[in-house]
Amino acid sequence: MAPRFEGVDFYDVSALLSEEERAVRDTVRQWVDDRLLPVIGAHYLAGSFPRQLVPEMAELGFFGANLPEQYGCAGLNNVAYGLIMQELERGDSGVRSFASVQGALVMYPIHAFGSDDQKQKWLPAMASGEVIGCFGLTEPDYGSNPGGMITTAKETADGWVLNGAKMWITNGSTAKVAIIWAKTGALDDPGSIRGFIVPTDTAGFSAKDQQGKLSLRASDTSELVLQDVHVAKDALLPLSRGLKSPLSCLTQARYGIAWGAVGAAMGCYDEALRYAKQRVMFGRPIAAFQLQQQRLAEMLTEITKAQLLVLQLGRLKDLGKATPQRVSLAKRNNVDVACDVAREARRLLGANGILAEYTAMRHLANLESVYTYEGTHDMHTLILGEEITGISAFE
Amino acid sequence: MKIAVCIKRVPDTETRIRMGADAAAIDESGVKFVVNPYDEFAVEEALQRREKAGGGEVVVLALGPDAAQETIRGALAMGADRGVLLKADRVPADALAVAKALAAELKDGGWDLVLFGKMAVDDCNHAVGPMVAELLGLPCVTAISKLELEDGKGVAEREIEGGVEVVAFALPAVLTAEKGLNTPRYPALKGIMAAKKKPIESKPAALGEARVTVTALGLPPERKAGRILGEGADVVPELVRLLRTEAKVL
Repeated sequence: MAPRFEGVDFYDVSALLSEEERAVRDTVRQWVDDRLLPVIGAHYLAGSFPRQLVPEMAELGFFGANLPEQYGCAGLNNVAYGLIMQELERGDSGVRSFASVQGALVMYPIHAFGSDDQKQKWLPAMASGEVIGCFGLTEPDYGSNPGGMITTAKETADGWVLNGAKMWITNGSTAKVAIIWAKTGALDDPGSIRGFIVPTDTAGFSAKDQQGKLSLRASDTSELVLQDVHVAKDALLPLSRGLKSPLSCLTQARYGIAWGAVGAAMGCYDEALRYAKQRVMFGRPIAAFQLQQQRLAEMLTEITKAQLLVLQLGRLKDLGKATPQRVSLAKRNNVDVACDVAREARRLLGANGILAEYTAMRHLANLESVYTYEGTHDMHTLILGEEITGISAFE
Repeated sequence: MKIAVCIKRVPDTETRIRMGADAAAIDESGVKFVVNPYDEFAVEEALQRREKAGGGEVVVLALGPDAAQETIRGALAMGADRGVLLKADRVPADALAVAKALAAELKDGGWDLVLFGKMAVDDCNHAVGPMVAELLGLPCVTAISKLELEDGKGVAEREIEGGVEVVAFALPAVLTAEKGLNTPRYPALKGIMAAKKKPIESKPAALGEARVTVTALGLPPERKAGRILGEGADVVPELVRLLRTEAKVL
């Protein structure tokens, strides 16, 4: 049985957390050790999402954890929410993606842009895991440029009719409900983008698992096709308006991802360190060799920096000061360094590092998706560049 | 159902221990403290009994320093209703002193059950639970691995060498929990938030004179590396000689 994870905390960041924040972190940490890690390797190889764990995750309050208690959510602050993502991703990025989508990309838009009826109808059921959702923004030809989307929503006598296709949609085939972003006006008018709550059993709606993934294998990634999908008037998220609406959801998710990356890196470092201390070569543990010590020192340094970065970001978010650009900096940095940590950990593990029995290579593969999604590394570079210089370099 | 659960804040058994300056206690800096694992089974049992009874109160008590409030908070996060901290900067090594302080607090509580873990993993005394029972004049069953309750009475199972002992008793009673009595629940995140609003009463522990003190505490001697004498039957006489003259076990 794998040893219990005790955390990586070289700068005593724990002391900067409140008692509740530590308790939240420790609950998720223990659950990941007891319930997720024992099964995730097999699921990853099989390419299946461990759906049987959803009820427990819901019961413990992992979904929409930073949304208000009146909807059945835990009502946690943003640092505690980040800690949940950190510990989940130490387990697996795909499982953390499930929670990110459910909380930040489905429950959040309903909470931010929905009517009271919509909130009452959907949020408690999503918090309890009864209803799983997905977020339909990205299209086959519109990823980094969501404003170019060609999915349309035309008003009808009694509602809307949606047409289009979405791709790379986490939970797409599992979801009971999809938040679909579509243009209600001309195709060259991203200001006409609005959000719709679309039950996935509506006629004309279909989802298909995307096969052949080498990353995020323990996650449902699907294409969605909407062919004359008719929804009622009350499917519209009334307060959604323009590209800003889906982007604000992404900012929520990116915030959680910046924390998640730290968790993946912590897991890889911890595994590499334990291995280095007991793997003997040339009569000594490989931890005695300078090159491996350098690897470990570099990993620890980046993890420590990343931890302090997201903690301050979380405190800022709780004050309402986490601007999208501040979130971009953290997502960009933390995911990039996590990719490096996973790669170096994989190398330290030697041949054993290619086995699913160890976590490094699974993290390495997963983190490539995390580098690309929720705003690619390069996109965040340009977001920061524009913020710093005032000059947009996107086109 | 009114249930009291006594818990203890102990060092995590996986923490690396260092001796303190006076060599009569451990150096607590950097040590991770947790709720005594056996006490978690007691808390879980109390919560399940309250649920089965359709209502009641689960009160968690701890004797210890201020930091033990965090330990109590963990039990409140699992679902206990309120906590009581009997404040003492150092938990005495004298189990009877601890038991007397707890019994004084529990005396007039009108409890149906008082639960403990069978032992604390730091001192392994197995003493406080049975001592409290004796001071309260209540029946006591220790190290229970199964529990059935009916009106005013209970039946518990205890694992003994080569078998299971079945013990019947009247309520109210004191029981101490063995591992496997149940599966302690994780504190739900909502529970962690709710715990902030649950009351913890803090008062000085009524500790009398401690008649047991620790005079010295030390780490076990480092295991010396073994010696390989050789291979095969020829080595046996030398081995026997060393077992007699060096190890002195023959």
